[in-house]
Amino acid sequence: MAETITLEVTRYRPEREREPTFQTYEVPFRKDWVVLDALNYIKDRLDGSLSYRWSCRMGVCGSCGMMVDGEPKLTCATFLSGYMPGPVRVEPLQYFPVVRDLVIEMTDFMVKLKSVKPWIVRQEEKPLSEGEYLQTPDQLDTYKQFSMCINCMLCYAACPVYALDPRFIGPAAIALAQRYNQDSRDQGAEERLDILSQHEGIWACTFVGECTKVCPKNVDPAGAIQQYKLTSTKEWFKSFLMPWRAK
Amino acid sequence: MNEAPVYTKYHPRWYRARVSTYWWSRRWAYLKFILRELSSIFVAYFAILTLLQVRALGGGPEAYARFQAWMKAPILIALNALSLFFVLVHALTWFHLAPKAMAVRMRGRRVPDFLIVLPNYIAWLAASAILAWLLLRR
Amino acid sequence: MAKRSNEPVLWALFSAGGVVAALLIPILLFLYGLAFPLGWLEPPAYHRTLALVSHPLGRLVLFVLCSLSLFHWAHRFRYTLYDGLQIKHLNEVIFFLCYGGAAAGTALAGYMLWTIP
Repeated sequence: MAETITLEVTRYRPEREREPTFQTYEVPFRKDWVVLDALNYIKDRLDGSLSYRWSCRMGVCGSCGMMVDGEPKLTCATFLSGYMPGPVRVEPLQYFPVVRDLVIEMTDFMVKLKSVKPWIVRQEEKPLSEGEYLQTPDQLDTYKQFSMCINCMLCYAACPVYALDPRFIGPAAIALAQRYNQDSRDQGAEERLDILSQHEGIWACTFVGECTKVCPKNVDPAGAIQQYKLTSTKEWFKSFLMPWRAK
Repeated sequence: MNEAPVYTKYHPRWYRARVSTYWWSRRWAYLKFILRELSSIFVAYFAILTLLQVRALGGGPEAYARFQAWMKAPILIALNALSLFFVLVHALTWFHLAPKAMAVRMRGRRVPDFLIVLPNYIAWLAASAILAWLLLRR
Repeated sequence: MAKRSNEPVLWALFSAGGVVAALLIPILLFLYGLAFPLGWLEPPAYHRTLALVSHPLGRLVLFVLCSLSLFHWAHRFRYTLYDGLQIKHLNEVIFFLCYGGAAAGTALAGYMLWTIP
């Protein structure tokens, strides 16, 4: 008889249930299967009504983040073999509202992400005839780490500050703000400072550090936030000591 | 972001779990974090203890001798041992989190973490040695 | 700048306090909290201690150490109360108690170290 593993999967059907429940499924165990493969097996063979998000199944799209045995994980990169003999519990990303089964509501994150202007801001675009904006490898290296973020929101699911105060702008949004702040082509640092320096910006962070630990792309949002606290403090003292320079 | 979190207008009846008051006890990493934060209480305790000692010192040799005798109470010894533990937790976590907060770049490269942690330890040893020498030399 | 938050000042005090506390408190607490009272080591005599403390540098170091340590506590403890106990609605009270306490302790330290003979 082939080996199997039991999955305990969150079910929440808002038209039927007030609260999420668990449903168990027995799926074949294969060494090369990740949790997402098991979910796809359930969807295809056992229960077509199970809802969850996924797309690329190779750690790039950031869609398949879920809680696997209580830890925020990309299910496409989490092997079943690590959870043998099971059972393994699959839940929607915590601290987010649940829409259905394993699907969370992410509009809050999208709005916050947009608020930090995660794109290159120029005061003045230089004419096309002057060519591209050049950048040295060293300049690229200063922000490259932060640019690896795939918006999978695992860091939000690891952040107790976000859990306790959903107004907190959160790890990924701040790391991405830093990605553009440190880009030599960008001139939007001052516009972002107003958003990030609010209490719900960087100051709500208490440096738990879990965001960095769960990040599948080694972005280090915790580092980005602490570094920005230093920047913001320097700016504060600068404008305090030299008020004529503040706008 | 001063208004409540925004969700899509025509959302279904989504479910939002309440965060437990004991959220920090659910995960070892969270518990370590809370212990680290609580170390601040013992830092404050030390400041108060120091101020009491300065007051006794200002009160003359008898007052200071009384303070020294008071410090021998078992309950204070126990409290001090506990405080020392937490103060060490603070010192070690502080040194090791330093490289995260400071991204020092030299010659176009980020300075490796241990090169930022190491000077902290050296400064710690130097400061401790100087204080011990000042207080212990005869 | 839109609204100026006072967080940078509080955070700067917290960080400075964290550094000072990490560097100086362990050895002092070990000596005065354990080694001297338990008789492992001989404490400096009264007059030597007084001379050390009333030296301008001694006063300064002790003042900075006590004050910054208290501000370090104020900041961390405030956030621990917010998050650990979920009592953010008591925001103003906690803010006042924590930083007010640190400010009072600073004033007291200043007074005591100023007036010591």
